[in-house]
Amino acid sequence: MSNITSQRSAPFVVAQIRQDFPILKLKVNDKPLIYLDNAASSQMPQQVIQRLVDYQTNEHANINRGVHYLSETATLRFEEARGKVQRFINAAETREIIFTSGCTESINLVMHGYGRKFIQAGDEIILTVLEHHSNIVPWQMLAEEKGAIIRVVPINDAGELLIDEYQKLFNPRTKFVAISHVSNSLGTVNPIREMIKFAHGHKVPVLVDGAQAVPHMSVDVQDLDCDFYAFSGHKLGGPTGIGILYGKASLLEAMQPFKGGGDMIAVVSFAKTTYNHIPHKFEAGTPPIAAAIGLGAAIDYLLQIGMVAIAEHEHQLLEYATAQITKLAGVTIIGRAKNKVAVISFVVADIHPHDVGTLLNLDGIAVRTGHHCTQPLMHRLGLSATSRASFAMYNTFAEVDALVAGIVAVQQVFAGSM
Amino acid sequence: MSNYKDLYQEVILDHNKKPRNYGQIEKATHQAAGHNPLCGDHLQIALELNQDLICAIGFSGESCAICKASASMMTVAVKNKTRADAEALIQEFLALAKGQLNAIDLIQIGRLAVFAGISQLPTRVKCAILPWHTLHAALNSGAETSTEAEHDPMRTTIGGA
Ligand SMILES: Cc1ncc(COP(=O)(O)O)c(C=O)c1O
Repeated sequence: MSNITSQRSAPFVVAQIRQDFPILKLKVNDKPLIYLDNAASSQMPQQVIQRLVDYQTNEHANINRGVHYLSETATLRFEEARGKVQRFINAAETREIIFTSGCTESINLVMHGYGRKFIQAGDEIILTVLEHHSNIVPWQMLAEEKGAIIRVVPINDAGELLIDEYQKLFNPRTKFVAISHVSNSLGTVNPIREMIKFAHGHKVPVLVDGAQAVPHMSVDVQDLDCDFYAFSGHKLGGPTGIGILYGKASLLEAMQPFKGGGDMIAVVSFAKTTYNHIPHKFEAGTPPIAAAIGLGAAIDYLLQIGMVAIAEHEHQLLEYATAQITKLAGVTIIGRAKNKVAVISFVVADIHPHDVGTLLNLDGIAVRTGHHCTQPLMHRLGLSATSRASFAMYNTFAEVDALVAGIVAVQQVFAGSM
Repeated sequence: MSNYKDLYQEVILDHNKKPRNYGQIEKATHQAAGHNPLCGDHLQIALELNQDLICAIGFSGESCAICKASASMMTVAVKNKTRADAEALIQEFLALAKGQLNAIDLIQIGRLAVFAGISQLPTRVKCAILPWHTLHAALNSGAETSTEAEHDPMRTTIGGA
């Protein structure tokens, strides 16, 4: 059981939630911080900060190898965190949860462990035009090494995947699918359950990049039936330096290790080394123990608030912000998918996104500007960059109003009326 | 800290809306293209050198306001200057934008002193200095420069550390 007792009453009260995030009290340029860069990295609640402090104060040692009290304690806590992740995404077994350094490493692990072993010359890998570079570049590296071919699912102008086109890409050479659950640039929620089902109809395994989904909705990997699911801790209110790869046990067992070193072995001799069981086969070296435990605490925190309540609040923010920004002359929202999380990419006529971001920062508003590590998507949209406001559970309607006022102020600076 | 709002107000009201020397020139003897892949800024600079005097200069491209205003003000500053004066000004501007020098210590900087505020915005320094690197490349007949190229002049200080 979670040791965090719920002090708050059932309804979702954003003012109370904000009390849990010390960084939200910060002033930037003498203005209260308005943090709308949650898709890049979200802020950490006090409960997680305290958990890290407690770990370092009372529980730290290296794991797995020690027989002493602290090593046993740290090992126990680390494995408890694995269990929390398992339950959080409803994996069938804890050994299907691999700790990595982040979503990027999780994807690279599958590329090396699965791709380099099973993908061959002429094989085809399906990606989508929405992917983050971290779910493109590893597959390009593999394609180059093996002589495999990358096929790309297109989108419509709203930023939704064209499922017909996806289905048409399948042929006997199709050997792997890697798709995002949610687009980091546009917020589009992709119909991955159906896409996975279709791929399985062709006996093709599917990796889902869940970096932008897991913080905003409950994810059930067994229900999705995905073969791999990757995400990062720091977008969940956890620390940086920790990520998760979920993989079906049968696939993980068939895969080759990614990194060699301590802990991933059963027996080492110069004649032959045998590998450890999963998940340890993929966890060479001393892992980020504190960060894993911190991620476990972040999951406790999210579950205590409730993923449904979080999704509801964020959806209200999305609807409100979309309506308010739509009213602004000269501002265009990029990405109008029917099914979205609370991410709003936008462009302001005749003003470069970097200028928008720099001037919003003067009002204490943090948005991200640029290509958001999705250059192929930007190219498809005919843009070099956008400004992106991405929301989290602690954002408020007043902050949406401040963003809207901030955008108007930017337009006024450029119109020369300020 | 509100320094860079002044920068925006001054340069945007003026040079972003009415960039000087924007467009092609007739008898270009030197040119270069500059590119900042991080934000997509693109810039072409062409100039006519006559006996070491920059007698014509023009720029074109697509960029953020800081880059465009910097380019516009730069062309005004170096027109009818000798190549050596232009190179000296490039050095002064780079030092200013990177916050290494105080505007007061600079002899030639003049109105460009408004860019001193950019050093507060490390992510935007490259926007301001791209035109200057491109000018340097043009003067030295480099065809292209990029803020992220291997041989990136912006990673090393032009003319030694
Ligand atoms: C969709 C998506 N995939 C992958 C990543 C990479 O995550 P990380 O940098 O934490 O490895 C991100 C982060 O921005 C993302 O948004």
